[in-house]
Amino acid sequence: MKLLLEHAHVEGIRYYDTYRKHGGYRSVEKALKMTPDEIVEEVKTSGLRGRGGAGFPTGMKWSFLAKPEGVPRHLVCNADESEPGTFKDRYLMEFIPHLLIEGLIVSSYALGSNMTYIYIRGEYSWIDPILEEAIAEAKNNGWLGKNIQGSGFDCEIYVQRGAGAYICGEETALLESLEGKRGNPRIKPPFPAVKGVWGRPTVVNNVETLAAVVPIINNGGAEYAKIGVGRSTGTKLMSACGNINKPGVYEIDMTISVEEFIFSDQYCGGIPNGKKLKACIPGGSSVPILPANLLLKTAKGETRLMNYESMSDGGFQTGSMIGSGGFIVFDEDQCVVRHTMSLAHFYNHESCGQCSPCREGTGWMYKILKNIEYGKGKMSDIDLLWDIQGKIEGNTICPLGDAAAWPVAAAIRHFRDEFEWHVLNPEESQTRNFGLAHYADPLPVLAGDA
Amino acid sequence: MAEETPKIKVTIDNITVEVDPGTTILEAARKIGGDVTPPAMCFYSKLEGSGGKCRTCLVEVSKGSEKDPRPMPKLMASCRTGVMDGMEVKNITSPRVLEARKGVVEMLLINHPLDCPVCDQAGECHLQDLSYEHGTEGTRYEFDRRTFEKEDIGDYISLHMTRCILCYRCVYTANQVAEGDREHGILERGDKAEISTLLGKNLKNDFIGNVIDVCPVGALTDKTFRFKNRVWFTKPMNAHRDCSNPKCCGKVRLWMRGDEVFRVTARKDEWGEVEDWICNECRFEKKETKDWVIEGPANISRHSVISQGHYVNTVDQPVVIDKVIGKNPKLLLDIHDESDVNKPNVRLSEISGPAHSDDFEKKDK
Ligand SMILES: Cc1cc2nc3c(=O)[nH]c(=O)nc-3n(C[C@H](O)[C@H](O)[C@H](O)COP(=O)(O)O)c2cc1C
Ligand code: SF4
Ligand code: SF4
Ligand code: FES
Repeated sequence: MKLLLEHAHVEGIRYYDTYRKHGGYRSVEKALKMTPDEIVEEVKTSGLRGRGGAGFPTGMKWSFLAKPEGVPRHLVCNADESEPGTFKDRYLMEFIPHLLIEGLIVSSYALGSNMTYIYIRGEYSWIDPILEEAIAEAKNNGWLGKNIQGSGFDCEIYVQRGAGAYICGEETALLESLEGKRGNPRIKPPFPAVKGVWGRPTVVNNVETLAAVVPIINNGGAEYAKIGVGRSTGTKLMSACGNINKPGVYEIDMTISVEEFIFSDQYCGGIPNGKKLKACIPGGSSVPILPANLLLKTAKGETRLMNYESMSDGGFQTGSMIGSGGFIVFDEDQCVVRHTMSLAHFYNHESCGQCSPCREGTGWMYKILKNIEYGKGKMSDIDLLWDIQGKIEGNTICPLGDAAAWPVAAAIRHFRDEFEWHVLNPEESQTRNFGLAHYADPLPVLAGDA
Repeated sequence: MAEETPKIKVTIDNITVEVDPGTTILEAARKIGGDVTPPAMCFYSKLEGSGGKCRTCLVEVSKGSEKDPRPMPKLMASCRTGVMDGMEVKNITSPRVLEARKGVVEMLLINHPLDCPVCDQAGECHLQDLSYEHGTEGTRYEFDRRTFEKEDIGDYISLHMTRCILCYRCVYTANQVAEGDREHGILERGDKAEISTLLGKNLKNDFIGNVIDVCPVGALTDKTFRFKNRVWFTKPMNAHRDCSNPKCCGKVRLWMRGDEVFRVTARKDEWGEVEDWICNECRFEKKETKDWVIEGPANISRHSVISQGHYVNTVDQPVVIDKVIGKNPKLLLDIHDESDVNKPNVRLSEISGPAHSDDFEKKDK
């Protein structure tokens, strides 16, 4: 089932004429004949949940937007996509940029935003001109600017590039950065829906969320809600990587099983070199890693499906999250300790440094993990790591603290034996990788690591 | 006259107070005072936007409000959480809070140099107080502590970045009190973040000296006082002068020894916050008693090391523990009542040689 990427591979779809020929901007035509509230209702009916990670119902978020008299409101598209393993928004913007612009126009109309922003990750430097060109084309064809299609609605879209900070994907840090300030997350409340960019009511949504508004308006919210299962409606983009035969971005409807997603030729195409599946991070680096047995089946023995509810079945004890859709697969040769260390390094590097548990705790965890990985760890370090992650989780300003704590907690929860092996075999752990099944290749030396 | 807004009720550690709507949990707790007041290392009531960062003031909200009694799932920063009518908060009665706070204190200390013996802030350092009251005795950190390249930020203020806890108070002070050129701020991020000045410029705004007073630790100290004395050897005296700077209140605290003025600071309230900002001239240039009209000894907390040596005007936080636990606490042993050491029947100064247990026995009984 393809709603977003249906035409992604049509020759020239990046450009307006081709896009329009394949039904582009129909949703704007339809939306402008509706009232903004009708659109919000349609999105509510669709059951669409935010694709940026937390899965918050989009229609509900929109209905929270404060509408004080005489104060402009803004829609901000979060295109910061910096979560390791996640690259679906990039794909969408690079190949079918008009879909995002179309979704933005409809959403801006629904929310009453005359000035809409796309905040794009600084490293996506080649995508910025693609978006700018799409915006210019849309404007030349009367879909942006003053009095769009004679409706009386004005809208401009501006693209702002970030400067290389993962934390600026957190919505309030993004707004600070958009205002030209240091990208520190704000303390909530007030929420962006009340006080967002420049103190004005603001909605921040992910690229994929806003693109999904297009099929919702075209086909109707009720039709959209029929796809998928339970509260996981519509289609979801997954960016799959790691030890799989066919890494890439896939649009799935959320009824397929994890097993099908990994092993069928339609999606990841199985694991290369005849290796076995060891583990997987199903929703971007922040969500808990799951060992193969818990990944394919829930603790209750049910088949695990690629959707919000099934993926989080069992809570963090035996489940994980669909998160941002960054699907990272590990074969039997991969070392969980090394992997956890490199994630800890990432979060340490990306913490904004405002709050003490995250600023100090992320660095501490990284140093301990480095010791364990390089054969200098102690058994007590494993318990210490567990304690530190618990001191960070839930006690910080923004969820980056949690995102740093969860991967460490999950790795210890499910792969404690592997940590212990590193402590007990210091020589070998320095030169060899450790897999559940057997030992594999010598470790590559990371640049900058001793 | 404006109509009085109705007060709302909030209960903190079983003690109920009435406060104005819009009050934060921390401010409500400060109205009660004593042990139920969470420690605050970054919040500063006079600095807009401050707070929320250090996480030492985390509390548990066990009941959201009368209308919506659901508890809040996460611990909340009391300095940035507004009270609701009927809210119930747990601070020292929540094991979760105490555990989390212990964690925060540990985090604040793992990279702190602990160079108190050579730090001018020692004796009035909030991190010392915090670790004494809420920390653990040892450290589990086994790595090198973070260091920074030394930066000279001018003739008045000395910056020791290794001691900084990144509370951002000085940044807000530089922006809000010493307005004008934005020269003082934070560079880098995460555990590499550091206080710095724009392109290594020296700080010279007339009010920039106030960053010294707001700094809870010894990261920003007074260069003109550097290594001159320990604060607990000096006596704080309230004084004032007619300052020509219209924005300066001219009301200060002189830190004296005999007739010598070692240091001038702003006056601080019982929570360690500056009462009114002072200018650089008052702070750095007026170090003679003749520059000042001395009013008398300043209030000082009885628990402060500065109050040692029978200092007059000591103030104490109220004792609230009986209200928290709903009865008078039964001490295992009150050393003052139980120990004979406190009830010798001879004057110890009249004994020749060291005192012996016999000297304390109540022989007259
Ligand atoms: C550290 C951090 C990084 C984030 N990065 C992104 C990101 O790159 N893209 C994104 O859409 N949301 C990101 N989020 C989530 C946003 O804060 C926000 O929830 C999201 O943009 C809301 O959009 P949605 O409702 O459409 O999912 C991040 C959150 C955190 C805490
Ligand atoms: S949790 Fe980390 S990234 Fe988020 S505000 Fe605190 S220090 Fe910054
Ligand atoms: S220098 Fe002092 S006031 Fe400034 S952030 Fe550091 S600890 Fe806070
Ligand atoms: S005082 Fe509340 S977080 Fe620092």
